Amino acid sequence: MKYVLTADKYADALRGGKFLGLKCHQCGGYTVPPQKVCSGCRSEDMEVVELSRNGEVRSFTVIYTPAEGFQPPYIVGLIELEEGPWVTANIIEYAPEKATMEELMGRKGRIDYQEVPADMFSGGPRIALAFKVAD
Amino acid sequence: MREVAIAGVGMTKFGVSEITQVEMFAEAAMDAIAASNIKPEAIQAVYVGNADGNVEEGQAVMAPMCASEIGLKGLPATSFQAACSSGTLAIINAFVWVSLGLYDVVLAGGTERQRTMSTPLATRVMGFGVHAKYETPTGLSFPGIFAMMAHLYARKYNLPLSELKEAMARVSFKAHKWGSINPKAQFFGKEVTMEKIYASDMVASPLQVYDCCPISDGGAAVVVASMDVARKLTDKPVQIIGVGQGSSGAVCSQKDITRIPARELSSQRAYKMAGLKPSDIDVCELHDCFTIAEIVASEGLGFFKPGDGYKAVMRGDTDMGGKIPINMSGGIKAKGHPVGATGAAQVYEIVNQLRGECGARQVEGVKVGMTDTMGGSFASIAHIIMRRGW
Repeated sequence: MKYVLTADKYADALRGGKFLGLKCHQCGGYTVPPQKVCSGCRSEDMEVVELSRNGEVRSFTVIYTPAEGFQPPYIVGLIELEEGPWVTANIIEYAPEKATMEELMGRKGRIDYQEVPADMFSGGPRIALAFKVAD
Repeated sequence: MREVAIAGVGMTKFGVSEITQVEMFAEAAMDAIAASNIKPEAIQAVYVGNADGNVEEGQAVMAPMCASEIGLKGLPATSFQAACSSGTLAIINAFVWVSLGLYDVVLAGGTERQRTMSTPLATRVMGFGVHAKYETPTGLSFPGIFAMMAHLYARKYNLPLSELKEAMARVSFKAHKWGSINPKAQFFGKEVTMEKIYASDMVASPLQVYDCCPISDGGAAVVVASMDVARKLTDKPVQIIGVGQGSSGAVCSQKDITRIPARELSSQRAYKMAGLKPSDIDVCELHDCFTIAEIVASEGLGFFKPGDGYKAVMRGDTDMGGKIPINMSGGIKAKGHPVGATGAAQVYEIVNQLRGECGARQVEGVKVGMTDTMGGSFASIAHIIMRRGW
């Protein structure tokens, strides 16, 4: 069966204003980011759906020693989507010095994205999910 | 399946190397061969773990180059790439081939030369071990993954971060205490105090420099043989009685990373093959790439209940004389972490512990030992259980 939602299509959809995922016809679960089979039941019988973008911070870190190409400090988080899956995202528009467990964990917000410059290992342009904490 | 043993082991001093990764492997391999009282021509295959030789030195085909370097050209030579667990997979595969009777003697181990890279480049290259499309672009570093694990752990078990941080600092202190008297360790001869640990720079909150393993060079090798052959070579063959392996995908796909299913599955496979349970293990070298990683691994291996690992550290259960002495080599934290060689260096330590040859670091009465090695985003986890074969 043809690959339904590739990494490139997923990224292009974000650029076009849509946050897409896969909804399984067999178990009803969501798979985000996309992959070939349902992350819950391994079925290939999934449809592409637009997601709510709503999520909650489950964990985070402020990175001070960056990978090449990144300017510290920046925040990376694990975000639980309203639909169930967890995604890795930058937490943006949030002051790193305010990023404590008490302040950030459990905070709700919305998924967006950022363009990330290609580098010699990335195999072309790329995007990162970004999360904006609600006021 | 036949009984399989390790006849002899070798490793370079870990730290900063002035020789190449092929040369480091060769040095460790020839020491292992000499320690095994075997002639190189008895070896029938060479398995080498190496994660990032392509970037570090522009060197691919690591195993063939290593085999040729020690005069073994013509043999089957296979490289294993599973980030930090590469070396363990090389040894497990040697075990499988010998246990099936296809070979009698296999040379296995690993090598890595990370110090050719700057810290930002090494951080980028180590980042190959998470999902390249869905995680790497956030700038997620390895310290970052374990930093998020620490925050999750504190929240899940409802403990103040300061309390968890104290247990993490104790893990680091223990590693350096034993690493400082291990002549093979990167931090050999270096005293590290609790004050120094607490005062170190932040890398990825809440992990500080002394919560993190160093960037390292090193090589390690073991001679794996059928028990029949090993008994003729040495009075102290170390039998491999259980192996396990498991895998995972992206970090986010695993959700709550205070429990790693791949580790639990893999270790249970190894315990089952060995016919043992966690309480039967006398000494363990586990994957303490970060201090929180040791706490979580000690739970995943079944030594402690989930949420009890940090208390075990504070009780001294994981130190010399405790319930399960962990990382008496100094661990990855203080011994160093040349990633492709790490699994083989863990086996090196357990073999020496079983043989009673660890001097001041020797755990009394060791009969069974275990290694735990984790590569990438918990992508590859593998275990080896060994016992005295004499």
